[in-house]
Amino acid sequence: MHPVHKTYAFILGLAVLFLALLPDALLAAPAKDNYRTYCAQCHGLQGNGRGVNIRDMSVQPRNHTDGAYMSSRSDQDLFTADKKGGLAIDKSVLMPPWGETLSDSEIHNMVRYLRTLCHCQYGKQ
Amino acid sequence: MDIRMPIRAVLLALAGLLSIAIHPADSRAADSPGMDLLKNRCASCHSLTGPAPASIHALWARKGPDFFYAGNKYQRSWIVSWLQHPVRIRPAGMFYADHLKPGPKRDMVDESTLRPHVALSKADAILAADALMTLKGHNDLIKMEHVAPGSISKSMGEMVFDKFLGCLACHRTDPDYGGLSGPELYTAGSRLRPEFIASYIRNPQAWDPKIWMPDKHVNDARIQQLVHYIESLNLGGSHASSP
Ligand code: HEC
Ligand code: HEC
Ligand code: HEC
Repeated sequence: MHPVHKTYAFILGLAVLFLALLPDALLAAPAKDNYRTYCAQCHGLQGNGRGVNIRDMSVQPRNHTDGAYMSSRSDQDLFTADKKGGLAIDKSVLMPPWGETLSDSEIHNMVRYLRTLCHCQYGKQ
Repeated sequence: MDIRMPIRAVLLALAGLLSIAIHPADSRAADSPGMDLLKNRCASCHSLTGPAPASIHALWARKGPDFFYAGNKYQRSWIVSWLQHPVRIRPAGMFYADHLKPGPKRDMVDESTLRPHVALSKADAILAADALMTLKGHNDLIKMEHVAPGSISKSMGEMVFDKFLGCLACHRTDPDYGGLSGPELYTAGSRLRPEFIASYIRNPQAWDPKIWMPDKHVNDARIQQLVHYIESLNLGGSHASSP
C-alpha cells in the first residue's frame, strides 16, 4: 500500500475504534445523577436512607452516609448489591437489581460515589 | 411501442409511494379532528411520535407520559372518563425528585409543586381517546404477550406483590398503602391493557429505557399472577378484560 493510503487507513481505523468505544463513555451518566434518578426514591435525596417510598417498607433502606456500616462492606459487595439486588447478597428483595438499567462502568462509578457519601473505605472509616 | 411510458408510470408510482412513506402522520392527521386536538393541546407535554427519553436528563425534562404507544397501553373507556375528571396517578409527579421536600422522618411529596390536569368536555374526551387508540408504537412487544384469564386470592396476590417481589416499595395498591415514586396501581386494572401490564413488568426498559422501575426478571407464572392481582384491585370501576 502507498504510505499516504496507509496513513488514511490508520486514521480511519482510529476513527472507527473511537466510535466503537465512544457510546459507553457517552451514555454513562454521572453517578450523582444516576443516584438522584434511581436510588433517592428509597435511599433519600441526601442518601440517609429516608426516601419518599419508605413508610410501608418492611425492611428499611440502608443509610449510605453511615460510615460504620458502609466501611464493613467491600467494593465488590456494593457492586453486587447494586447490580444484582438485595437477594444476591442475602438481603431484602426490596433492594432491586439495577443490572438492566445501569452499565457495569456506571455501577463502578456508583460504588465510588457511595464511598463519597459515607466518607469511608472498606475496612476504615 | 415506446417503452418510456411504462417506465415513467412506474417512476411516478414510486415517487408517490415514497412521499406517502415520508409523510404518513401528516396525511393522516389532516383528516382527523382528534389528532389535531392532540397536536394542538396535548403534544407540548405528551410525545405523540416517540422515542422515549434516551438520557436521564431527557427523562427529567419529560412533562407528561409518552403517547406514541397509547393505543397499546390504555383502555379507551378509561381515557374517556378520566379526561373528563382527571385524578392524580403519579403521587409524586412525573419526576419524583423534583417534587420532594425534606421531612422529619423521610422525604415528603411537596403537593404545592403539583398541578391538576386539564379536563376535557365529553365530546373532546371521545375525540382524544379515539385518536390516542390509533397510536400503536411497540406492537412487537404486545404481540409477545398472552394473558390467560384467571384470578388470584387477595392474600396470595399481596404475598407475591409485596413480599416476594417488593413491588409495593414504589406502587400503591390502595390509596393509603405503598410507595410513591411509581404510578398507583389500584386503578390500573381499568386504565391499562392486560398485555401492556404483562409486557411492562417483563421488561420496563423495552418501553422506557431510562425509567426508574427495575427489571426484576419476573418469571412468566408470576407475571400472570401479578396481572390478575392488579386487575383485582381495580378501584377504577368497570373494566374490559382482554379481547
Ligand atoms: C425500592 C427501594 C430501593 C431502591 C430504589 C434502591 N434501594 Fe438500595 N436498598 C434498599 C433496601 C430496603 C436495602 C436494605 C436491604 C437489607 O438490609 O436487607 C438496600 C440496601 C442497599 C445497599 C446495602 C447493601 C449491603 O451490603 O448491605 C446498597 C449498597 C444499596 N442499597 C445501593 C443502592 C443503589 C446504588 C441504588 C440505586 C441504583 C439503590 N440502592 C436503590 C432499597 C432500595
Ligand atoms: C401541562 C402538560 C400537559 C398537557 C398540556 C396535557 N397533559 Fe396529559 N398529562 C400530564 C401529566 C403530568 C400527566 C400525569 C398525571 C398523573 O400522573 O397524575 C398526564 C396524564 C395524562 C393521561 C393519563 C395517562 C397516564 O398514564 O397517566 C391522559 C389520558 C392524558 N394526560 C391526556 C391528555 C390529553 C388528551 C391532553 C390534551 C387535551 C393532555 N393530556 C394535555 C401533562 C399534560
Ligand atoms: C423502584 C421503583 C419501582 C419498583 C420496585 C417497581 N416499579 Fe413498577 N413502575 C415504576 C415506575 C417509575 C413506573 C413508570 C412510571 C411512568 O410511566 O410514569 C412503573 C410502572 C409500572 C406499571 C405500569 C403503570 C402505568 O400506569 O403505566 C406497572 C403495571 C408496574 N409498574 C408494575 C410493577 C410490578 C408488578 C412491580 C414488582 C415486580 C413493580 N412495578 C416494581 C417504579 C417501580
